[in-house]
Amino acid sequence: MTDTVVLQLLLTVAAALIGVGVFGALSQQSIVMVMMGIELIVNGVLVAAASAWFFLAPERPDGQVLVVVALVVMAVEMVMGFAATIAIYRARKVDMVDMATELRG
Amino acid sequence: MGLVLTDGAVVAVVVLGVVAVIAGIAVFVVDSMARATFALLASFLAVAGVFLVLDLTYLAVVTALMMTIEMAIMVVFMIMFMMNPAGLMPMTMVHNARGSAAVGAAVFAVITVAVWTVDWPPRAGTPPEDSTRQLGEAIMGSDMLVMIVIGVGLFATMVAGTVLATHRGRYDRFGADLDASRPDDPVRGGMPR
Repeated sequence: MTDTVVLQLLLTVAAALIGVGVFGALSQQSIVMVMMGIELIVNGVLVAAASAWFFLAPERPDGQVLVVVALVVMAVEMVMGFAATIAIYRARKVDMVDMATELRG
Repeated sequence: MGLVLTDGAVVAVVVLGVVAVIAGIAVFVVDSMARATFALLASFLAVAGVFLVLDLTYLAVVTALMMTIEMAIMVVFMIMFMMNPAGLMPMTMVHNARGSAAVGAAVFAVITVAVWTVDWPPRAGTPPEDSTRQLGEAIMGSDMLVMIVIGVGLFATMVAGTVLATHRGRYDRFGADLDASRPDDPVRGGMPR
């Protein structure tokens, strides 16, 4: 087994995490579960960025910086998701995406 | 290209990767919101383990700590908003599950095909002795703009999150200069709503 194969295995893991996350974000009715799907997608990005850093360009810090950015995106997503959930629940008593239809055309 | 990881390390990253995916699938399978949250935490911890094997000690610790705290907060929101937090009955809250599964499988297939057909370049250089120092010097030097943007973004998130999540305050009720003689409430009665 070569380094490239290990990199490809890790990137396949990242693809699986992203695929599962996409399924969750599209299929779940609960707003909180949709957010968990998005977190899984970013989790896949974490794996991909770290393995790209280690197996392709470990001398440059860019892969690590991308991991930091992905972690921050995860935190921002959770904060704004919960804030929006609280706001929409307070205004409309809505906690499921199917009930939030104000913007439907 | 030779093998830079030991055989044990290769087995470790593969096992941890599989654990991360299985835990990720469990998030949408288990019958309890609390269990789903902890399954997601297990997935993050497995990814932190992958980071450890790849010499990213600092990022592994940050990921493990941050996600443990984040999931602890998330489980509180779960119990606040969701039914069936304890998993005492079957829980299915999905719409268009078949279409969503098809899209998820298609995304996985497209990325996987790309991963296994791309001609990956050889490794450029070797990992630094201290990857944490490399990251620290980057975000305080060549990549400082990234950190500045992250800082402004996090600050904006804190302000926007607080504004979204708080009740109507005195500025909503008495105007921007607090000079209204009567509160502008949707329901009269004087309570701050």
